[in-house]
Amino acid sequence: MVTVQPSVADVWEWLDAVPDPEIPVISLVDLGIIRDVAWQDDTLIVTVTPTYSGCPATTIINLDIETALRGHGIEKLELKRQLSPAWTTDWLSEKGRAKLEDYGIAPPQPAGGPQQCPHCKSQAVERISQFGSTPCKAQWRCTDCLEPFDYFKCI
Amino acid sequence: MATDAQLFEWLCRMGDNALVLGHRVSEWCGHAPVLEEDIALANTALDLIGQTQLWLGLAGEVEGAGRDADALAYRRDVLDFRNLLLVEQPNRDFGHTMMRQFLFDAWHIEMLSALKGHDHEQISAIAEKSLKEVTYHAERSADTVIALGDGTEESHTRMQAALDRLWPYVGEMFLSDDTDRAVCDPAPLRAAFDARVNAVLAEATLTRPDSDFAHKGGKTGVRHTEHLGHMLAVMQFLPRAYPDAQW
Repeated sequence: MVTVQPSVADVWEWLDAVPDPEIPVISLVDLGIIRDVAWQDDTLIVTVTPTYSGCPATTIINLDIETALRGHGIEKLELKRQLSPAWTTDWLSEKGRAKLEDYGIAPPQPAGGPQQCPHCKSQAVERISQFGSTPCKAQWRCTDCLEPFDYFKCI
Repeated sequence: MATDAQLFEWLCRMGDNALVLGHRVSEWCGHAPVLEEDIALANTALDLIGQTQLWLGLAGEVEGAGRDADALAYRRDVLDFRNLLLVEQPNRDFGHTMMRQFLFDAWHIEMLSALKGHDHEQISAIAEKSLKEVTYHAERSADTVIALGDGTEESHTRMQAALDRLWPYVGEMFLSDDTDRAVCDPAPLRAAFDARVNAVLAEATLTRPDSDFAHKGGKTGVRHTEHLGHMLAVMQFLPRAYPDAQW
């Protein structure tokens, strides 16, 4: 039997349809944690980097990748963990950043704080806490519309 | 060049620091003075436990005896632990917890910076990853020490008491033996630590204790304080009572 290997581009597309388990509006590709997709003979190697070393979503992410790719008929699959270069929010896609803001999470900014309130777009914002509901977020508040919101930490 | 035995020992030191402090900080979960601090403490603990998995995971590989990070964390007893005495000290009040965190972070950030770019590729990668998280921890603990030190009369008194009590555990962080020197000698990091700590303490209106007397014996495993055994009794209960337990 001759089977045709799916192209690497197809695999990237499939992975771009796998949502982040904590922030389901963005995909794993948007998040920038898929570092490489390659065939080694008949085995597909997907290289993944963790966002935070203790992020409990990491296990679920690996499971979701495996489930999605098995669903597309991939039989021999290997997930590789890569620590270096360490994940940075610079790897978030533009599409991902826009989706985060629409969802109510201010995307990361090099200045170290959100540019504006994701709800009313006011620039009058203040920090409530350096940490938030997941390792990748901090809590901020808009002093105009008074809504608290998550800010995706810039690292 | 470190032997495998030295490398294993050194990796346990790094992993046990993160594990013991991570567990201590996690004891606050559900008890912190305000919700935001509760979340911040839990997040810090989570980062440290994540780093533990990386260090102890590598330690297990180097040892080659079939022990993984969980086996090392849950199936060693007090005398096998190689953490600094500082991190096993009990939480006491929020001030002690944050002072302990600040002193550890100030050392940790220098240590990880020195390890980033280490010849051992995996050590360098773990340090690079951890450094990003620890930079964040150090910023928060320094801010908190300043806010509470230069806060109310009561918060100032408590922070000074915490500093006085914990200072004798600072010296051990910079002691070095052959194991340390085979991988990364912490002794030369003292100057940068002092500069960082002095600046924060001055802003916090806290007085650095005169004596540099140092308790030691944690990272060599010779003499832990009484607190570690009690902590392990809680931390290791479940996997010891139910060795086959799975999530």
